[in-house]
Amino acid sequence: MTVLGKAIAHESARGHVTGSALYTNDLLPRRGGAAYAWPVTVPHARARITAVDTAAALAAPGVLLVLGAGDVPGENELGPSRRDEPLFPSEVQFFGQAVAWVIAETEEAAKLAAGRVVVDVEPLPAVLSIEQGIAEESYLTEPLFMRRGDAEAALAAAPRRVSGELFVGGQEHVYLETNAALAEIDDSGHMLVHSSTQHPSETQEIVARVLGVSRNRVVVQALRMGGAFGGKEVQANAWAAVAAIAALKLGRPVGVRLDRHHDMTLTGKRHPFLARFEVGFDDDGRILGAKVELFADGGWCLDLTEPIVYRAMFHIDNCYRIPAITVMGRGVRTNKTSQTAFRGFGGPQGMVVIEDILDRIARTLELPPRLVRERNFYREGDETHYGQPVRDAARIERIWSALLRSSSYDTRRAEIERFNATSPHAKRGIAITPVKFGISFTATFYNQAGALVIVYADGSVQVNHGGTEMGQGLHTKMMQVAAHTLGVRLDQVRAMPTRTDKVPNTSATAASSGSDLNGAAVKRACESIRSNLAEVAAAELAVPACTVVFEDGQVFPRDEPSRALDFSALARKAYLARVPLFSSGYYRTPEIHFDKATGTGKPFHYFAYGAAVTEVEVDRFTGAYSFRRVDILHDVGDSLSPLVDLGQVEGGFIQGLGWLTLEECVWDARGRFATSGLSTYKLPGLGECPLELNVALLEKATEPGVVYGSKAVGEPPLMLAISAREALRDAVAQFGSGGIIELGCPSTPETVYFAIRERTEAAGGARRAAE
Amino acid sequence: MTSFLLNGQRVQVGAQDAHLSLLQFLRERGLTGTKEGCAEGECGACAVVLLRRDARGLLRYEPVNSCLLLTGSVVDHEVLTVEGVADAGRLHPVQSAMVELGGSQCGYCTPGFVMSLFAEYYRPDRVGYDPEAISGNLCRCTGYRPIRAVAEALGTPDGADPRQRRLQLAPPALGSVSLEGARSFHRPCSLDEVFAMLERRPDIAITSGGSDLVVEMNQRHRRFDAVLSLENVTELRGMAWTADSLRIGASNTLTELEPVIAGKVPILEQMLPLFSSRLVRNRATLGGNLGTASPIGDSPPALLALDASLELVSAAATRRVPLADFFLGYRKTALAPGELIAAVLIPLPLPEVQRFYKVSKRVLDDISTVAAGFSLRRGTDGRVESARLAYGGVAATPVRAHAAEDALVGRPFDDEAEARVRPLLEGAFAPLDDHRGSADYRRAMVVELFSKFRFDTSAQLT
Ligand SMILES: Cc1cc2nc3c(=O)[nH]c(=O)nc-3n(C[C@H](O)[C@H](O)[C@H](O)COP(=O)(O)OP(=O)(O)OC[C@H]3O[C@@H](n4cnc5c(N)ncnc54)[C@H](O)[C@@H]3O)c2cc1C
Ligand code: FES
Ligand code: FES
Repeated sequence: MTVLGKAIAHESARGHVTGSALYTNDLLPRRGGAAYAWPVTVPHARARITAVDTAAALAAPGVLLVLGAGDVPGENELGPSRRDEPLFPSEVQFFGQAVAWVIAETEEAAKLAAGRVVVDVEPLPAVLSIEQGIAEESYLTEPLFMRRGDAEAALAAAPRRVSGELFVGGQEHVYLETNAALAEIDDSGHMLVHSSTQHPSETQEIVARVLGVSRNRVVVQALRMGGAFGGKEVQANAWAAVAAIAALKLGRPVGVRLDRHHDMTLTGKRHPFLARFEVGFDDDGRILGAKVELFADGGWCLDLTEPIVYRAMFHIDNCYRIPAITVMGRGVRTNKTSQTAFRGFGGPQGMVVIEDILDRIARTLELPPRLVRERNFYREGDETHYGQPVRDAARIERIWSALLRSSSYDTRRAEIERFNATSPHAKRGIAITPVKFGISFTATFYNQAGALVIVYADGSVQVNHGGTEMGQGLHTKMMQVAAHTLGVRLDQVRAMPTRTDKVPNTSATAASSGSDLNGAAVKRACESIRSNLAEVAAAELAVPACTVVFEDGQVFPRDEPSRALDFSALARKAYLARVPLFSSGYYRTPEIHFDKATGTGKPFHYFAYGAAVTEVEVDRFTGAYSFRRVDILHDVGDSLSPLVDLGQVEGGFIQGLGWLTLEECVWDARGRFATSGLSTYKLPGLGECPLELNVALLEKATEPGVVYGSKAVGEPPLMLAISAREALRDAVAQFGSGGIIELGCPSTPETVYFAIRERTEAAGGARRAAE
Repeated sequence: MTSFLLNGQRVQVGAQDAHLSLLQFLRERGLTGTKEGCAEGECGACAVVLLRRDARGLLRYEPVNSCLLLTGSVVDHEVLTVEGVADAGRLHPVQSAMVELGGSQCGYCTPGFVMSLFAEYYRPDRVGYDPEAISGNLCRCTGYRPIRAVAEALGTPDGADPRQRRLQLAPPALGSVSLEGARSFHRPCSLDEVFAMLERRPDIAITSGGSDLVVEMNQRHRRFDAVLSLENVTELRGMAWTADSLRIGASNTLTELEPVIAGKVPILEQMLPLFSSRLVRNRATLGGNLGTASPIGDSPPALLALDASLELVSAAATRRVPLADFFLGYRKTALAPGELIAAVLIPLPLPEVQRFYKVSKRVLDDISTVAAGFSLRRGTDGRVESARLAYGGVAATPVRAHAAEDALVGRPFDDEAEARVRPLLEGAFAPLDDHRGSADYRRAMVVELFSKFRFDTSAQLT
């Protein structure tokens, strides 16, 4: 009985429910003598700093230091790719930016003293919207292009055309654990940083850079994170850097813990996008040509904006064949937090746009949106607009028709029509949308991973790999892979905290790739140990090594299970026989490439597919709505860990639902992030969870070329929530009749209310005109 | 000796601890299982359980947000944290169900859910589960379905369960607390003590449940030299139906109020589940909701629709003020210095038709964009004798739409009445834009909620 593919609990679940699982932030009160840091922030969207007076703060009780640019022993710079991100800025670039840090004996002392640092500034004009950025040519990137066919000609020749604009809102990560870091000088006199980071190697690089030391002097450990979702991919580095500089200066541990308000005002969000588009199509609703421009609000520095814009461009097709298309994407520089990775990494923003377009086409032609979507599906043999063959395109149809059946789509559509006919003020809507999501980092070099697996002479196992645990169940899966590959019981395997001194030069745990990349590396490491052990077992059992089976802690000849050796005993024998019991494993994704100059290539190893049906009921008086039922069919290949995967699908869906409905990022006229707490920024609660949520994983879905036939699952399900947005539009469409529905994004009750009003007023106007 | 019982161990509380939130107090002692996700009562990651008597006098476990609970407030209490739930290493049934059903992913919200579910597990007379029980806990990872599954599958504690047995014993006795220091904290038991303190320190900060005041301390870093908590003052507690009124003590928690009005006061029954979350309602009071005088408070529109009045007490006198005359301006009230709200009085008989509406982004546990309390009294001929249309979120104070109310009187509540009143409501208020909603939306809601009221009551009224 192998543990691979079994529905098992999260590896730390016991620790979670008893409160004994520790997070970086929990280490602070446990370190005797730790000092605490608190940021000094400036309430201007852009301003030159003319003077900083720290005297009053330094005189406050318990204050040890006020850190500024002059205290940085190395480089005052955080930018991972472009050097455009000073840790201590001389010019404030967004409202509430930290310009100095108070270090004190207690958090309370640091907090109160931070208010006593006087920062004199000279306010400067700021860029506060995408439109303003375009008008003032304030950009982070060059225009990026992908082209297929002659879009202009196709548009000119198309019998029908629609054009429009869609603003897609951002999203705050709200990982429940805010950013935290603890730096200390370890017993060998070097820097040890505990960080809630998705990318320990980069955190190590940045800490080494600000300290002005080589990377071998810095170790970063990521124990586990209380959620991350992309928000700790590059944006965990600053806090680690502050802690490290202060710890070095003071010679004692220093902790940084952002409170929720600081976490929301200092760190970036999902990029808001502005899309402008024109599409041509025929009378059946088939798209013939399209021109799309995608502008991303990247905030004040580059961060990951370029690959995020690329991913939006890569996903502008979703599951649909667009014979001729030109896509332009560009990052706009604004005076806001630096927007960053967030589950889907631009893909969701691209996908929302094409789904919005398809609904517009359907409503223009008065065809069911579902039919128009189907007619545009990729078929086997098609290529994307960047020239990658759409492998397994038939899965789109397979998932689609299975889901239509399992969700009783047609019957319910009819029921909904009956309900709506007799309900003047509450209307229901339903929609089905598909997902195709490309798996791999778009920066090719990130697609590598390492592992270090250790078997001790008593047969117990430690697994180290480059991935970090943020709740997604990566460690659980890696333990399953290791236990299966080595043929041991799960309880013989321990997943180790991620450390840069165990596996070096790792990639961020991101792009859904954690288990694909690290799983392959762990598997290889285990295979190499197993083959060493097989030799020892072969000698012991007097059979050829190739016939030795490892299973469940037992090692036996294939045909004679009764002659089993205990794995522990075998490990002991191997040790005595001087056979190595540890191994590294290394993996790189084969055959992926992308050429920016031509906008073509094969950036993805494969695609993950899925589809969702959502039904909603909307109240005309207030625009309030509730999701009545959601059905999902999603492709995770052969699941390594079904309970984990189910959790990713459900959780991803609800997170996407939040993004598209109630999670509204509001920046006020001064550029202040006005929704900077959980009392003003509303993420889905229990009340938003659909009354009925049916999730199934696609069967017979083995993915060749990925660890044990599995597929990545972290990001793709988020985009299943686009069905909720389209269901809302369908419900809005039930008020009044005919025509395109413009629905703002996120579709808050207020947005839905005004969309309904526009439609009823338009219908009223038309009726009056007809009379 | 001031102390409390923490997971069965006695813990001392000094004056230096009293103004810390219990969450800080716990974490500084290395009990880091209790998490901070927001420090403003929104996420529930900090939930702990107190042993308290409910409105019927039954002892029960009550989950509260430790981030909004001053450590001084828990003196004499029995407190359980997530570390104290498992019994000698054996997981509690609620914990094992969370493990088995996939209720945790990153695990950061999990301790809070465990505490909420733990309290729900032991709730006296529970049948099934109350979704409200976990309405104050947010999870960013799971999407709630597995946690809901845990709640739906809750078993029943058996008689041998020591936690269950504890509920049969006496409640902890709460005495007067007086901690003097650089920051003082007082939790008196009687009004006499309250007034003595007010005379000595007229500037002392007053709190009941702390769900507004401690948010101020956590989020705006306000610090007070001294805090006076009314939560345990006998004269401010107690709810009673008399022949001509319902009296609700200013210090009674909203949770305590729920069974008292259940099946009797529809507008409060509709309002309370929409008011914050169970975790907050276990502490929040009407005294605090009215005392804080926020224009977006939920109880004022409902209470205005009921023509409630307030009993105000001071060392010198007791007086009664109609709620309609209580709010003077933005966060300004008719309270004189040294005066407190003692009780809310709701006159009987109640209006025949009552409705509460709340417009917000999130269904549960959100602050109102606009709230409305509506009521009607009708004569035997079906004509309206009096109407109350009260709103929150549309002006500097909770307000009534007097012109519209007058226009409803003396006629049937029908299509024509609705058509006549809508224009009167349209320009009645000049609300503001903010991050919760635009002025246009708020203006529209003033009218639409009235139409919704008319639509929702049409069946009842014909
Ligand atoms: C997460 C969260 C959600 C919330 N949701 C809602 C909501 O949905 N609707 C809503 O209306 N409110 C909401 N609130 C606000 C708050 O819970 C309520 O206002 C609550 O009723 C306050 O009561 P309290 O006893 O906790 O007040 P406290 O914080 O103790 O006191 C608040 C103020 O009232 C004064 N005060 C208290 N008692 C008296 C008295 N007896 N006499 C005179 N003055 C007094 C205090 O001096 C203080 O200034 C929410 C708060 C939080 C943290
Ligand atoms: S920390 Fe979020 S409710 Fe207390
Ligand atoms: S499990 Fe991560 S927040 Fe709930």
